[in-house]
This record gives sequence, structure tokens and C-alpha cells, in this order.
Amino acid sequence: MASNALVVGELAEGELNATTLELIGAASRLGASNITVALLGGGASGAASKAFEGGATKVLTSDDASYDEFRGDQWVAAVQNAVEQASPDVILLAQSHVGRELAPRLAFRLDTGAAMDCLNVEDDGGAVKATRSVYGGNAMATYSFVTSPAIVTVRAKAQDPLEPNAGASGETGELPGASDSRTTIAGREIVEAAGLQLQDASIVVSGGRGLGAPEGFQVVEELAKALGADRAAVGASRAACDLGWYPPSQQVGLTGKVVTPDLYIAVAISGASQHMAGCSGAKTIVAINKDPEANIFQFARYGIVGDYKEMVPALTEAIKAAK
Amino acid sequence: MHFVVCAKQIPDPETPPSAFKIDPQKNEVIPAQGIAPVLSQFDSIAAEAALRLKEAAGDSKITVISMGAESAQAAIKQVLAMGADEGLLLNDPAFTKGDPHTTAKVLTAAVQKLGDVDAVFCGRQAADWDWGQTGLLMAEGLGWPSAIIAKGVALDGQQLSVERVLEDGYETAQAPLPAVVTVSNEFGEPRYPKLQQIMQAARKTVTTWTAADLGLDAAEVGEAGSRLRLEKLFIPEKEGKVELMEGDTATEKAQALVKALQGAKVL
Ligand SMILES: Cc1cc2nc3c(=O)[nH]c(=O)nc-3n(C[C@H](O)[C@H](O)[C@H](O)COP(=O)(O)OP(=O)(O)OC[C@H]3O[C@@H](n4cnc5c(N)ncnc54)[C@H](O)[C@@H]3O)c2cc1C
Ligand SMILES: Nc1ncnc2c1ncn2[C@@H]1O[C@H](COP(=O)(O)O)[C@@H](O)[C@H]1O
Repeated sequence: MASNALVVGELAEGELNATTLELIGAASRLGASNITVALLGGGASGAASKAFEGGATKVLTSDDASYDEFRGDQWVAAVQNAVEQASPDVILLAQSHVGRELAPRLAFRLDTGAAMDCLNVEDDGGAVKATRSVYGGNAMATYSFVTSPAIVTVRAKAQDPLEPNAGASGETGELPGASDSRTTIAGREIVEAAGLQLQDASIVVSGGRGLGAPEGFQVVEELAKALGADRAAVGASRAACDLGWYPPSQQVGLTGKVVTPDLYIAVAISGASQHMAGCSGAKTIVAINKDPEANIFQFARYGIVGDYKEMVPALTEAIKAAK
Repeated sequence: MHFVVCAKQIPDPETPPSAFKIDPQKNEVIPAQGIAPVLSQFDSIAAEAALRLKEAAGDSKITVISMGAESAQAAIKQVLAMGADEGLLLNDPAFTKGDPHTTAKVLTAAVQKLGDVDAVFCGRQAADWDWGQTGLLMAEGLGWPSAIIAKGVALDGQQLSVERVLEDGYETAQAPLPAVVTVSNEFGEPRYPKLQQIMQAARKTVTTWTAADLGLDAAEVGEAGSRLRLEKLFIPEKEGKVELMEGDTATEKAQALVKALQGAKVL
């Protein structure tokens, strides 16, 4: 059984982000009695209380604002310090731009293995086992670890947080400030989609290469608008993004965003495993595709076979009428 | 300048799901009948990145390295046809069934043996096991800075400038050479070799190195040296009970869908 878990947390504008609470939940379900959360950057010590409420037993922080702009070499040094303090059997990170870089680097420095982008992590008679999607989502693989600690990055929304325990507290400790970095960040550009973010939307309508032209996305956007600007966002397949029809920030899939809305409507998307990796967690999937044999119908609960140019405007009207 | 491109040969990721089969006893993917293995897509983009730097820097050389079976020659030849200068196959029975730790160990040893390398280009992840680790592990092993998930690279003297894709935007990271870069599809399409280049590449010789050539012990590579053990490989069950909307017109189908979604309390 994992008795000591280290969670590498992340802050969003100084607040603990949702994924960190999911990681604490996963650590707790592994049976860890000590769950240490490492937090780096402006607001870290202030965010500790939320980590305790989420189930952390100890929180290590450095408020050094140099950590706000993630640089792998600075973070890995701080997390190594946290490893020395927490002696973890398992280290959990998010499959984010932080975890993607830190997990392999830590694995090297601790001479152990890292399992990336896991959907599940469990305790199997004292051994940590991690399950992840492989071959672009065509298969799943379960790994055990030959060496300790086990390093696992977890896909967003794959794990549930614990019920918050209001007013909980625990031990706190410090992490060192940022060391020098060999990397300089010369510029950073945040491309936020206007309005509702993909990951926060309860409905996602996505368009694919079958739209035939960038104008096809107008039809998709109309549908999203009819469903409600406060709950529906627009996504895209990689084929559509690579063609320049829609911004890459809206790409859903293995190498794009992972969404878990109540309703996912795939318009003119074939349902390649790499696309489904980003949306198969949706509660209900609807597919609109002119090819009745399209793979997307293997995943969809409801489907419409037909040309999107007719079907989507008709659906937009039907939704408006039903309101 | 001497650039290295790490290129992996994998089962075609565009294999239709119906043709994708695994052997649950051996925990292996069964190669689909009639579908040839391919160069992992991100690796051809990594090659494109190295080629553009070579063209900008002038007087440079690109070595393409693949660890794999004899068949991986095809992946190497493809990058040679794109314009790389030399090919290196790392082939040894001891290298099989490894994990990112052992893969990176072998590739790092090869880069160290080459000796004069200024930058290594990898794909952001290999499209078979989707790890996304090898480039970073090599950077750690070589002690070099790294920039992952690149959509653009430029060289200013000994300073590498990398445009990176983040979840919510982009950043430009700068690091001194030597460095490791992993490249993503946002970089753009790789060039398509001309017939003449393919014929030239076919004639280029590819050097093969074994574990012994790299000074590696069989116990530290492949399955024996791995830090991860694959316990189980399986194909997840799909429910596959789609309800297709009936109707003579688009409006009827659309109305049927709205009704179904309302019935299921999704709308
Ligand atoms: C390593 C790797 C990572 C990847 N990551 C991602 C990822 O993150 N996200 C992603 O999406 N993909 C990803 N891909 C790509 C993926 O394999 C597919 O190529 C891609 O998802 C296909 O996009 P598509 O469904 O839009 O296009 P296509 O496969 O071309 O499908 C178009 C569909 O539209 C239908 N159609 C055509 N015309 C119409 C019409 N008029 N009306 C209705 N339907 C119509 C067609 O029947 C077809 O089913 C990745 C691939 C690899 C190898
Ligand atoms: N066997 C291999 N031979 C050459 N390069 C490899 C090999 N395995 C991985 N790589 C490189 O490392 C990248 C990331 O691989 P991975 O960490 O397995 O996802 C790939 O895109 C390749 O550039």
C-alpha cells in the first residue's frame, strides 16, 4: 500500500486548480495515509487551506513568483526537495504542461519510471498499478512499477475529488525559492476562446473535416448558440484545426483538450480513436455524419445520418422551437 | 551544426479500429494484415524542423537515428529522402520490449557516441504508446536544456528559440545549444520527398550499432532494464448501441433527436 503520496499541485491565478483536488482524491483512494501537496508560485501558502479541505495532510509551499511562469528545470529542483521531505511511494501529477515535463524529468532524477496520462491508478495488494490509453485510444494498458517511487500523471477529470472537509488543516512546510534557469521565456501569448471555456461547458459541439470549409463552423456555432451561450462551447477535430479552420486551442482529443460534458455533439467527425480520447468521458454523445458506417456511431448514443448542411440547421431550429 | 532526429517506426495509427487486434497472452499488438508500419507522424515533423534549421544555418549535417528492428530502415530512409544526411539504426535483440527509460538510455548513448551533436529533435510523443517522455529523458541524460511541444524553432548563433504550444496559448522559450526539442503537429506539414530523393536515399548506407557498440549491458536495456512492467494490454469495450433518428426530412430527424434528448433529460 502506498503510505506516502506526493501530489504536485498547480495554481490558477493563485488558487488551487480543480485537477489538484482530483489528484488528492486519487492519492486517498490509493490508501495513502500521508498526502503531501507541493505548491509553487504566488499565492501558494494561501492556497494551502483549500488543499487541506480537499484531503491533504501536509502542504509544502514556496510563494516565489518566479514559479508562476513554469520552467521545468526550476520546478523539478523544488519538487526534488519535496520528495526528500515527503519520502513518497507514489508521486501524482496532472497531465498538464507541468506534469508532461516534470514527470519524465523526475523519473530520470529518481531513477524510476513514470506512467503518463493515466485514467486510473489503484493499489493492487500493495503495488501501484496505473492504467492508460495507448495506441491513440485503441487499447488500454495497465502498468506496474519495478522501482519506487511510482510516478503517475493523471488525465484531467478522470478522477473525482473527495468531499471537501470544511475547516480541515494540517502540517505546513517550505520549499526553496526558484533556482536559476537555463531557459528564458521571451514571450507568452494566452489565446482564450471568447466566452465559455471548452472544459467548463456542459455541452460541447465539435466540427470536423467533413464540414468541408471553415464556413462550416458558422453552422456549428449557430447550433451552440441555440443551445445556450452560457453552457455550450465549440470544439474541433485535429483535422479541422490542422487545416486552419478553427483555432488549435479548441482541439478535442489525445493531443488537444479532454472534455467531459453532459452532451457532446460531433458534427462531420469520423470518430478516430485519437479524437474519442478527448470526449469519450461525455455522458451522452450525439453524432451527425453522412456515413452510416462512420466509427463515431460506435461511441454515440444517438445519431443522425445525413449531410450536416441540412441536418445541423434543422437541429438548430428544432432546439429553438423546443425552448 | 550537427542535428539528430530520433525517428520511430510504429504500426500505422490510422489503422481502422476494426483491424486493430492485440494478443492478450503476449500483451502485444498484432500487426494488421496488409497495413505497413510507418514513421511516427510527429517524427517526420521533427525531421522537418531539423531540416529548416539546417537550411537556415547552412553547412550542417543531420543524422537520423532509429532504435528498432531491421524494418526500421524504412523509417530512416524516409527521413534521409526528406534530406537528412546519415542514418543510424540501433538494433539489438536486447533492446526489445523496453520502456521510455531504456529507449532514452540507448538513444542517449548513441548521441554521446556521435559526440559532436548540437541539437536533438524528437516527436512530442510516439503515436503507438503515446508516452511523450523520450525527449525529456534524453535531455536529462545528456544534461541539456529542453523545450517540448514546439510549433516553431529558430537559431540565433548558439541560442535556440522555440515557440511552444501551451494548453491556453503559446510561449517563446530560449535556451543555449546543445538542447533537445520535441515537435508537435502545430509546426506544420513535413515536406514530401521527390522521387529522385527517394532513389538517392535508397542508396545511402545506414550504419547499425548494437548494445555492445554503445557500451551498454543487456541487463540495462530492453525489458530487463525497464522501470515499468506492462501487466495487461486490452481493448476497451464499446457500448455500440446507437439509436439512429428516423424521419423523411431533416426537420423530422432533428425533432426526433430533440425529443430523445429531452426524454433522456440531457436537454
Ligand atoms: C498521435 C496522434 C494524435 C492525434 N490527436 C488527435 C486529437 O487530439 N484530436 C483529433 O481530433 N484527432 C487527433 N488525431 C487525428 C485522428 O487520427 C484523425 O485523423 C482526426 O481526428 C480526423 O478528423 P475528422 O474526424 O475531422 O476527419 P475525417 O476522419 O476526415 O472525418 C470526416 C467525417 O466527416 C463526414 N462527413 C463528410 N462530409 C460530411 C457532410 N457533408 N455531412 C456530414 N458528415 C460528413 C465523413 O463521413 C467522415 O466521417 C491524432 C492522430 C495521431 C496519429
Ligand atoms: N525506438 C525509437 N527510436 C527512435 N526514436 C524514438 C524511439 N522511441 C521514441 N523515440 C523518439 O522519442 C519521441 C517520443 O517517444 P515516446 O516517449 O515513446 O512517446 C518519438 O517521437 C521519437 O522522436
